[in-house]
Amino acid sequence: MRNAFADEVTRLGKEDPRVVLLSGDIGNKLFDKFKENAEGRFFNCGVAEANMMSVASGMALSGLRPVVYTITPFTTTRCFEQIRVDACYHQAPVTIVGTGSGLSYAELGPTHHSLEDLAILRTLPGMTVFAPCDEVELRLGLRAALKQDGPLYMRIGKKGEPVIHKTPPSAFALGKAITLRPGREACLIAAGTVMPEVLAAADILEKSGISTRVESFHTDAARLAEVFRSTRLVGVVEEHGLLGGLGGAIAEWRAAEEGNLARMLAFGTADEFMHEVGTQEYARRKFGLTADNIAGRMLGALRRAA
Amino acid sequence: MPLAAMKMEVARLEKLAREMRARIIENSHKTQTPHLGSCLSCVDILVAAYFHALRLDTADPAHPDRDRFILSKGHGAAALFPVLATRGFYPESLLDTYGEDGGLFAEHPPTPKHLAGIEAATGSLGHGMPMGLGMALAGRIQKRSYNVIALVSDGECNEGSIWESAMLAASQRVERLCVVVDFNKWQATGRSREVLALDPLVDKWRAFGWSAIEADGHDMAGLVKLLTHVPDGSGKPMVVVAHTIKGKGVSFMEDDNNWHYRIPKAEEVAAAKKELGVAA
Repeated sequence: MRNAFADEVTRLGKEDPRVVLLSGDIGNKLFDKFKENAEGRFFNCGVAEANMMSVASGMALSGLRPVVYTITPFTTTRCFEQIRVDACYHQAPVTIVGTGSGLSYAELGPTHHSLEDLAILRTLPGMTVFAPCDEVELRLGLRAALKQDGPLYMRIGKKGEPVIHKTPPSAFALGKAITLRPGREACLIAAGTVMPEVLAAADILEKSGISTRVESFHTDAARLAEVFRSTRLVGVVEEHGLLGGLGGAIAEWRAAEEGNLARMLAFGTADEFMHEVGTQEYARRKFGLTADNIAGRMLGALRRAA
Repeated sequence: MPLAAMKMEVARLEKLAREMRARIIENSHKTQTPHLGSCLSCVDILVAAYFHALRLDTADPAHPDRDRFILSKGHGAAALFPVLATRGFYPESLLDTYGEDGGLFAEHPPTPKHLAGIEAATGSLGHGMPMGLGMALAGRIQKRSYNVIALVSDGECNEGSIWESAMLAASQRVERLCVVVDFNKWQATGRSREVLALDPLVDKWRAFGWSAIEADGHDMAGLVKLLTHVPDGSGKPMVVVAHTIKGKGVSFMEDDNNWHYRIPKAEEVAAAKKELGVAA
């Protein structure tokens, strides 16, 4: 995803002279093409993320379209107040990109995990939060982000994630969910790079005779209303803590919604730091974010309800 | 400007500064607004900037080529609001709504979308100067020749983001950014050199790669000269470390940190105005 981001931001930088790229001393070589094609519009802001976010906001208030890029914790929790006051309060069109989000950098330890970013950033007025499931959504989302007039936060993975959309989705818009598979009985809603596990979980459920719909989710109340009324069980999956992220957002929606709604199961990381070393795959197993565990819990809940 | 004309201009600005001080004190009493000492220490800097140095068009406050002024020490808003009104950004009568429910004037500046003349909503310290750096870099990218002046307080120099910003401005050689430090030697609860090790402040800025100039922050002629010479020709970002007196202009408020939060009584307002030579 990193390479797709670098490629797409380079294209956008070529097309639009307002696009400026700010990096927090990462991405050595990654942005060489951007630098060649957008001379004077790349800034290595050093290991100083608070300043970087304010600088980007000042640029956005002066007619530019800055894109801020560094490892997720440092572009979110590290400079949360700068995002809150300078970007959001001013409705400044700053695009904030967090790379290596969720458990992508599991091996680097909890300083580099980001399991709180969705929760805190979605509390900010005027902030759009977006977690593309693959590079196709990333490219479309980045393009859409630079067209809107307020701030957007995008959490992306590392490199080598599989492409989910073999053909580009027909009508992409920020805030519109994308149905990856139709299904009648159960639905799995997910956002971000955990999607391959979710699709594999749907395969297992289908083999067990459960018709399972899959949604790549970007907060979309109309789609929630449809899904929660047309299926019996909805599983919400994210590589993020269980507190306040996608599952939290959907639970808030569900609590305020009237009528007969499907039951909901939430899949995410527990309320703890992962102290032991491990790969992203290990970390996903630890927190139950695997196809087997997702399918197993869904089947169990469906059986109990039957 | 010929010498005689400059003398008249400085006298005009000094008179404006006295009037602004009187208004700020009246408003503090009327609306129970604190930070009086912090407001009075920066009045001369605001007047020199807004009434002389800045290239602005109040009829087109968002003109892309305008100079930008950012009150990074947002708690000085009660000094900025009457300056912007008198400068013509909005009617002076609007100031009568200061502090009213549903109004625009809080204790810190609102966003540019809400009040003309404001460039950044400040109040959380250490944000305005970095935003100003972003604006100055944007000007360079867009090949515009506007200046950005950011007024920070000495207490605000506690914030790490000020020094992060100082390093980026220096590495990028952003010569159209001018920071003015309202060096009144106090912060909310103590002497600024004692709370954190601020000294030697001028040397610090110089060591961070800035063209640093020490000045008297109440000398109107000196301020006008400095603020009309941005960039200063050094090829570096410019900082004016302006020595000021908290509560400047009123003998019983000067250098007394109680006026960070104290509100003047009616008789104190009258006494202050008398000292300032401004009619009741």
